Amino acid sequence: MIDHALQFAMSCYGLALVLNLYRIFRAAGVPDRVLALDTMVINAIALLTLLGIKEGTTVYFEASMLIAMVGFVSTVAYAKFMLRGDIIE
Amino acid sequence: MEMAFEIGVSTLLVIGGALGLIGSYGLIKLPDLMTRLHAPTKTTTLGVGAVLIASMLWFAGRHGQINFHELLISIFLFLTAPLTANFIAKAHLHRTGGYADLPPPGDGAVWAGQQPPEDEQVDEPAILPEEGVGDAL
Amino acid sequence: MFLSRLVPHPFLTLLLTFVWMMLMNSVSAGAAAFGLFLGLVVPFLTQSYWPDRPRIHRPLKIVEYILVVLYDIVTANITVARIVLFVPRARLQPAWVVIPLELRSPEAITVLAGSITLTPGTLTAEVSSDAHSILVHCLHAPEPDAVRDEIKQRYERRLLEIFP
Repeated sequence: MIDHALQFAMSCYGLALVLNLYRIFRAAGVPDRVLALDTMVINAIALLTLLGIKEGTTVYFEASMLIAMVGFVSTVAYAKFMLRGDIIE
Repeated sequence: MEMAFEIGVSTLLVIGGALGLIGSYGLIKLPDLMTRLHAPTKTTTLGVGAVLIASMLWFAGRHGQINFHELLISIFLFLTAPLTANFIAKAHLHRTGGYADLPPPGDGAVWAGQQPPEDEQVDEPAILPEEGVGDAL
Repeated sequence: MFLSRLVPHPFLTLLLTFVWMMLMNSVSAGAAAFGLFLGLVVPFLTQSYWPDRPRIHRPLKIVEYILVVLYDIVTANITVARIVLFVPRARLQPAWVVIPLELRSPEAITVLAGSITLTPGTLTAEVSSDAHSILVHCLHAPEPDAVRDEIKQRYERRLLEIFP
């Protein structure tokens, strides 16, 4: 049963990533694209965690933690760039 | 017991997957950026939270090891989601000049983004000597 | 006096120790010792960069507040998911709501803004220049005044008890 649930969740997140990609290509402006990228990072974390459950290994958690941190910092950097036109002043 | 455990983890996984998909679908469906911000900040964050909790339960029950990493990741995501949303909202208002359409805050104040940045007045005199140096060279 | 200069933020020390142990994923004495070492060194070295410690009036109320927010996060997701799936674009009524604040401490306003973003259909976008009101965007709010009253009743009243 857990296999079916895993399969379902993984297809959901795969589809979610495709939807995010669509939003990155057809966006109304730069903030829109940054938002789609941020959502993509969160979805990638979920997909990586699901892969960890499937393979029965905990190695991926460190990777997803790093992705979470780098994703947050990069979103903040993008937002700063959009607000000020510069990241480090 | 084993059955109930599997049902619990599977339910969390299905809920997490569905919430993640709904969040990303909202990103496509909702009409403008401010409404679109709602879907990922709430729905996707809880979706990932459900998946991480499911993974923690799964490793605790099946492999007998308790991982705190998932808990840390979920706490981190829940703490950063509002900040990201706030930053993107500010950038959106800044870029589209949307401040004109907002209701005023009252007490004669303005919204923080409408003020000129504080360090701009400090920066301007600092540029002048540099130009002087450039002329001398 | 000497001790308070050596350990300027006791709660931060504890928090860093626990986070280090969680990162190491072990409850061994070695992890605790190194975590405690980091918890002592990091606040000491960054001492001059920290603003004043917020004064917390009733620490037990924080637990109640966290439980209320967690419950609201779950209901928020059901509400938002339903709006995303079933409310057609044309019938959606987004609204800007201004919420005048009674809270004055910056930490309390930050906590309030964060919990507003995580809870039903609302999102904090801006704070006013005098920090006396915040701007909230609602995803679907036929009655914006009700949203304002609920936020003031549910979150700000509780936060006022925690941060005086």
